[in-house]
Amino acid sequence: MNGLFPVENNNVRLAVSALLTKVLQSGLVDALLVPLRNPAGDAVTPALVKNPALLAEADPLAPVLPVNGARLASLLTQHSPRPRLGVVMRSCEIRALVELVKLQQASLEGMTLVGVDCTGTYEVPDYAKIAKGTDAATLALRPACEMCEYPAPAVANADIVIQQIGVDNSTALHVEAKGGWPELLGLTETPPNGRADALGKLVTQRSAKRDAVFAEMQAQVNSPEKLAAMFSTCIRCHNCMTNCPICYCKTCFFKTNIFDHEPMQFMAWAERKGATRMPADTVLFHLTRMNHMSTSCIGCGLCTSACPVDINVGAAFRTVAAKTQAVFNYVAGRSVDDPIPVKNFEVNELQQLGER
Amino acid sequence: MPDNRFEPRIVAFLCNWCTYTGADLAGTSRLQYPPNVRIIRLMCSGAVDSSYVLKPLLDGADGVLIGGCHPGDCHYQEGNYKARRRIAILEETLKAMGFEGDRVMLRWISASEGGKFAETIKEFTEKMRAKGPAPTKQLWAL
Repeated sequence: MNGLFPVENNNVRLAVSALLTKVLQSGLVDALLVPLRNPAGDAVTPALVKNPALLAEADPLAPVLPVNGARLASLLTQHSPRPRLGVVMRSCEIRALVELVKLQQASLEGMTLVGVDCTGTYEVPDYAKIAKGTDAATLALRPACEMCEYPAPAVANADIVIQQIGVDNSTALHVEAKGGWPELLGLTETPPNGRADALGKLVTQRSAKRDAVFAEMQAQVNSPEKLAAMFSTCIRCHNCMTNCPICYCKTCFFKTNIFDHEPMQFMAWAERKGATRMPADTVLFHLTRMNHMSTSCIGCGLCTSACPVDINVGAAFRTVAAKTQAVFNYVAGRSVDDPIPVKNFEVNELQQLGER
Repeated sequence: MPDNRFEPRIVAFLCNWCTYTGADLAGTSRLQYPPNVRIIRLMCSGAVDSSYVLKPLLDGADGVLIGGCHPGDCHYQEGNYKARRRIAILEETLKAMGFEGDRVMLRWISASEGGKFAETIKEFTEKMRAKGPAPTKQLWAL
């Protein structure tokens, strides 16, 4: 149901806090996972909240994504006993959570999912500046956000959606909710508004940007040499992998002693090509990670944000992900009912592969 | 090698129950096939991780062959179906990232198909010879 929640003094953030307080006090959740303003004043970071009073500091609409909340929801639900969680996340986090559920790394059991519209986020240091007074218009959104064609959470995957796109929240917060939530939140029903149009326009704009990024990537990375060039500055910190919500392996095999090769093995490689880049296997790391997780990549771009040498890892991974997901007509994050490619197969598929 | 022509280096991951046995049959039948292939035996084509295929390609191998049981005949029931999906993903990844997708070949060869194994090696070797040396042979900064 499309509804309105009261806003006082034009303060949208506190109206959201009031709405979330109702969720926490509904008796249907034990705690809320929600972004809170950090006491330092320059950051908004997710917190697991039990005391409703602290929801006065909630700021889920703040345009910053320091960590993908799906990773946190996974920590909080990966096995029993688990709390009944209320989780407040934007679309890319919800879509990552959908993938993690299918990878058996998280559970939606007893969860109330509150989605929020996202018009884009800034890099963490840039948001710190905004929080301290810098005009956001002088800063750019994260590259992943500029090509994100899913700014609104899918209602199918959320119990409550707090809207921002195409609606004016200054006098009343626009909320879509299902089940018993409209009544529990005290929503006043309202007819659908200009949101669908505004959303459609934004999606078209973002999709065009996405397609442009894909085309540029394909044109640029058209040889192994160009691929190597893209990762020439990679320092193998593995931040991209660490911050990726989909990379859930407790120990990536690139961090195991498999890659502590014998000294004379390195010498053999150096002998063959004249030299070997050290540490070795940098492009192998990225290509392997693409093969392992691209079918679940939801394009949050935290890989790019985390890279200390400014490699646009996310652009490369989304380009590959679009292709690998298309093989199976799969859209990562769309539904928990879509069979995840790496865990399933059909007897009669891909019949051209393997036959003469 | 007698002349100076380019000799491709092929790495082959063969499943123990079908393709490796088929290769053995080619040997006992004294069927000739080019010596350009280095065989690595695994128990199942489903045990082939993409990194096993990517490593030789990045190191300069001209071609990588994965051999497994025909669909429906996997010794472990489903391994080859998983292999098929993984190679499909690998091919798209390679093409998107600037590699020639046809330097990787997946082929189902059973234990009784010694002739097919020899033919496959001949075919793949000549295809790779025609393509020329892999560009990764010159790239140390990978």
